[in-house]
Amino acid sequence: MNAPILLNTSHFDQPWTLENYLKVGGYQALRKVIENKMTADEIIAEVKASGLRGRGGAGFPTGLKWSFMPKNYNGVKYLVCNSDEGEPGTCKDRDILRYNPHSLIEGMAIAAYTMQVQTGYNYVHGEIYEAYERMEDACEEARKAGYLGNNIIGSGFSFDLHNHMGYGAYVCGEETALLESIEGKKGQPRFKPPFPANYGLYGKPTTINNTETFASIPYIIREGGKKFADMGVPNSGGVKLFSISGHVNNPGNFEVPLGTPFKKLLEMAGGVRNGNKLKAVIPGGSSMPVLPGEIMMDLNMDFDSIQKAGSYLGTGAVIVMDETTCMVKALERLSYFYFEESCGQCTPCREGTGWLYRIVHRIEKGEGRPEDLDLLADLCENIAGRTICALGDAAAWPVQGFLKHFRSEFEYHIEHKRCLV
Amino acid sequence: MINIEIDGKQLQVENGRSVIEAAHQAGIYIPHFCYHKKLSIAANCRMCLVQVEKAPKPLPACATPVAEGMKVYTASEQAVKAQKGVMEFLLINHPLDCPICDQGGECELQDLAVGYGGSASRYQEDKRVVLHKDIGPLVSAEEMSRCINCTRCVRFGVEVAGEMELGQAFRGEHAEIMSFVDGAVNSELSGNMIDLCPVGALTSKPFRYKARTWELSRRRAVSPHDSLGSNLAALVMNNRVMRVDPVENEELNECWISDRDRFSYEGLNSEERLTKPMLKQGGKWQEVDWQVALEYVANGLRQIGKEAGAAQIGALVSPGSTLEEMHLVQKLVRGLGSHNVDFRLRQSDFSADGKMQGAPWLGMKVAEVSSADRMLLVGSFLRKDHPLFASRIRQAVKRGAQVNLLHSADDDLLMKLANKAIVPPSELVPMLAQILQAVATSKGTHLHSSVQSLVQGVVVSATAKTIAENLAGGERAIILLGNFAQQHPQAAQLQLLSQHIAALSNARFGFIGEGANSVGGYIANAVPAEGGMNAAAMLASPRKAYLLMNVEPELDAHNGQLALEAMKSAEMVVAMSSYKHKAMDYADVMLPIAPFTETSGSFINAEGRLQGFRGAVKPLGETRPAWKVLRVLGNLLNISGFDYDTSEAVRDEVLGGRDVSASMNNTLQGLVVQPAPVSTGMQRVADVPLYATDSIVRRSAPLQATRDAQTPAVQMRSDDLAKLGIKAGDTVKVTMGQNTVQLTASVNEGLPAGVVRVAAGRAETAGLGAMFGAISVERV
Amino acid sequence: MLSDQIKTRIDRELAKYPADQKQSAVMAALRFVQDEKGWISNDDMEDVAGYLGMPHMAVYEVATFYHMYNLKPMGKHTLTVCTNISCMLCGSSEVVDYLGKKLGIGLGEVTADGKFGLREGECFGACVDAPMFTINNKRLCGKLTNAKIDEILAELDKQ
Repeated sequence: MNAPILLNTSHFDQPWTLENYLKVGGYQALRKVIENKMTADEIIAEVKASGLRGRGGAGFPTGLKWSFMPKNYNGVKYLVCNSDEGEPGTCKDRDILRYNPHSLIEGMAIAAYTMQVQTGYNYVHGEIYEAYERMEDACEEARKAGYLGNNIIGSGFSFDLHNHMGYGAYVCGEETALLESIEGKKGQPRFKPPFPANYGLYGKPTTINNTETFASIPYIIREGGKKFADMGVPNSGGVKLFSISGHVNNPGNFEVPLGTPFKKLLEMAGGVRNGNKLKAVIPGGSSMPVLPGEIMMDLNMDFDSIQKAGSYLGTGAVIVMDETTCMVKALERLSYFYFEESCGQCTPCREGTGWLYRIVHRIEKGEGRPEDLDLLADLCENIAGRTICALGDAAAWPVQGFLKHFRSEFEYHIEHKRCLV
Repeated sequence: MINIEIDGKQLQVENGRSVIEAAHQAGIYIPHFCYHKKLSIAANCRMCLVQVEKAPKPLPACATPVAEGMKVYTASEQAVKAQKGVMEFLLINHPLDCPICDQGGECELQDLAVGYGGSASRYQEDKRVVLHKDIGPLVSAEEMSRCINCTRCVRFGVEVAGEMELGQAFRGEHAEIMSFVDGAVNSELSGNMIDLCPVGALTSKPFRYKARTWELSRRRAVSPHDSLGSNLAALVMNNRVMRVDPVENEELNECWISDRDRFSYEGLNSEERLTKPMLKQGGKWQEVDWQVALEYVANGLRQIGKEAGAAQIGALVSPGSTLEEMHLVQKLVRGLGSHNVDFRLRQSDFSADGKMQGAPWLGMKVAEVSSADRMLLVGSFLRKDHPLFASRIRQAVKRGAQVNLLHSADDDLLMKLANKAIVPPSELVPMLAQILQAVATSKGTHLHSSVQSLVQGVVVSATAKTIAENLAGGERAIILLGNFAQQHPQAAQLQLLSQHIAALSNARFGFIGEGANSVGGYIANAVPAEGGMNAAAMLASPRKAYLLMNVEPELDAHNGQLALEAMKSAEMVVAMSSYKHKAMDYADVMLPIAPFTETSGSFINAEGRLQGFRGAVKPLGETRPAWKVLRVLGNLLNISGFDYDTSEAVRDEVLGGRDVSASMNNTLQGLVVQPAPVSTGMQRVADVPLYATDSIVRRSAPLQATRDAQTPAVQMRSDDLAKLGIKAGDTVKVTMGQNTVQLTASVNEGLPAGVVRVAAGRAETAGLGAMFGAISVERV
Repeated sequence: MLSDQIKTRIDRELAKYPADQKQSAVMAALRFVQDEKGWISNDDMEDVAGYLGMPHMAVYEVATFYHMYNLKPMGKHTLTVCTNISCMLCGSSEVVDYLGKKLGIGLGEVTADGKFGLREGECFGACVDAPMFTINNKRLCGKLTNAKIDEILAELDKQ
């Protein structure tokens, strides 16, 4: 294995300190852009060359996103980091916040320099208070050392970063809901257009990226985009953190190049627990369609491979389920989650997520009806793609995925009023 | 312009429009719930999903901007599947109580369910129950399970009414529309939420379970309560007004009406309605025939005229009377040889009479207020006096207009103010003079001699300078004088100063006007001329005979106490009224006349717009339209020219084909400026509360149950109260001259120092006297 | 009334946002109230609204939207157990059952002595440490076993 890029301080006892970060080349990338007076075009070109795609789940090319910010606009602009990591199965950003906060700060400072933004916010998931505190400390450390605040390392460029804590709303992981939340409102997503690049935080042009995305930037600038890209595979440049949870012997976050075979990743996590048989895997966070174990064992972990198999790489959160898992029970829990987290704005999601959950729930209880599976499929069609944000899709896709690959298990539940496993 | 195609129709649409706007413009209906043309886009109901060529999924027509070459299909298979899908979701938790729902028959959900709903439900689970809420006496939220969370009501509150009183609490399936801790919705525009609610979640509380909507017939009416001239529909069943709705008129009330316009009708059905002519004989009231009553009146007036002189007869007319009523009253009085007639009951300064070049008016179209970029509001409790003017200005402020306020109270107008000068009543003229001086200085012009004396010696304050600069910085600046300015003892000077500020700042200026017919009163000549007495003079030197037209003198006059004394001392008081009111104590004859819903007639609103209407219902009991009563009275008195067949004939006589706008003019010429009396001690500031403005609203039980109708308190700044050793909640004695009333003290930090605010138009304060002047407060 | 400590903490948050965007501090303000009082009452919401110049209803919307706010009194130590997919796969229902048995309360309840409260949470974003709970939304305890739970409860009980 190569030395880690994202968690490059992990060999230290206190990997989060500025002192340790500087030892591994920290803030050199920021110095590079400032001292070389790199232009926005140059930086964006480097990011484009890296093939970096958003690590928050949607996989949008980062360089392209940065180029959307209005160029000749002299008013206030904002940069926002989405650390509201709440997609079940996903906990990679937490490790960046906890163990390498300065990589995020440096990445954001470079982005801010590129887009000429003076204020940034880092929205941290409410349930990981320790990570929020770590970030608050790191920002203070960076401010004192001149990496944040006025006139950053003597460049004349000023950028300050503040942390904003969420408090229990999954939907705030959606970027416009997150903006609403920073504004002190309910986290209800905004319809688009307008997009944040034109109308973002407080109505100002805003760019939002995921924590891991920002944390990848220092390496890309320091070592060159191509070097980063080459670590991955075509269309999936670079390395990525994968969270492997569920039925594995050694759950954890693993930094590997995109395109790494799932089989290898599973090995790194110690294999399926108790030597059990692999049954199913959700490859990219709970919203992504589940795939049967045997399909997964032949897949590589990159955007295109997973998509070809009928799911998505998403956040790179790999949820492993072994042969003891009841797929009806698993879907019931997921459906409950989307029902619970629907913001209530759009009719199909507000009304539909509860309906989906109740149907799966009654199947699980042994009260399912033969027509339920077709009803579920039809409701999913009426929810997905019909709402302001992707939470509707996120509620529908797991149902569709579970029914596609494990329909017989649901039929068994309905017919025999009990579990197959 | 952008070329798009909707359902095969080629359209040219303004850039920036949404697909739904484009479709509606072309007469293509797209089903929707949350979209409303006057509210921000929410895009939450998803009912307006349509197919757009090249879009991978259906898009909401309300939130999709048109784009060149766009092809939209509103009824394609994809679109209809999406719409039907949404409809199913909307219905799964919606109660099946349509048979008893007040919204039945005018329910957008019901209507659209016909086209997009399934015939059977696939939803087998229990329906969601949302608890009912009590949000006050006007809007019923008794069946919140019906709510589809479109949030129109919430957006209306925030965006139009200017205050977030309702919100959507909780989330997901548990999301509920509610007020904070079940508080009342106090907005003076709250009833519009009823209209906006597409389902039966928010309905009219007074109308609740009173009728099915299809049993009601709609009759056009015009609001008699303020000078905007809101267009109304009276919904009638069994010859009774059961409900009042707005009729959309973009140039006046848009699609809104104030709660006063909406719920005043409850006063029409009040127990206090006078339904038979009555005569007081031997100190006892007796119901009599019209003939008897009118002959009594004619004889009485004739006799007093003969014995004491016609100048002993005076007529006081409500500014909410129709043009026809006003015309006939003045014609009658003048026919008797008197010129004592006036409708400006709350005015106290009449020095402009004879100096005005025409009827005072808004000085612009109502709609033009919306496009003003700078405003100076002088002396106005705007939000409560003129709820929809306030809303119009609020919208203008949102679009960037800047409003400056000069007033004697800092009530929250629920809009951002650029600058404000909150001064005691005696300082209004000097402050306005400062503004004029500041404008003149910046323009480097000399002031006209007519205002020289007013600006003499004024020291321009920073506030005045800022306001002057603000006004001058606009391209479409306006100055509006409110009710308070018109009621002010130096009203004419305020007018004169405004006139000159407007001239120098290239601004327009005008009066918002208190009553529905404040302009019409002048047009009808219901004002004294040729040596007649104005409203104040008629009360200050009591007449022997008074003719009251829908007037409750102690509540409607500038000095209620003085008015009451004048009435009591008169030999004969003829009260033409829709109600048995306090006049029963002192009047000799009570003649039941029809309120606005029971008569034909017309109003001329603030902008000079003549709006006629017919009776929505037949007059109650033996009530008669006042124009008919006056016609008979004119004939009985042998005054010529009282042979009208219709109220239109009366109107034609008033207007005689002339252009009303030619008779309106705010210019004062030749005003002799009298020095203001030196004021010492505390001064009174009097507002006329929203639901105390006229006899109909005073009798609307639901309006009287609102916060705005609470018993008035004595309001002062806390430091002023402290100086007097008074605490909020204490009972205090309030004195003006010889008059004293007892009220409760309360704190209002928005008042200038030295000001005591006591509302007028209320029985509790009527005994106090004039709306302005020296006042004292002491502990009891 | 908001305590001086809460006000100081709110002021620190306010410094993060533009001066005309005080509402941005509402989530933090409510959090501080909960830190101090254990829950947020309607009166507290009014106080926060007053302090930040917001409509009461806007504060209420926020308080009822984000699920980590306690809108009723909870325990001195409120344990929020994640029961989402990864935690479920790793035995979160056993954790809930065990806690329920030890504390004698169910989800959403508080022990009679007010010491412990139990809530169910949605994904904390720490799935590799499943199963887990948080204590008063501050401290996250993962890879729970019955023995570890015993240890934590004993420690909290002493506080």
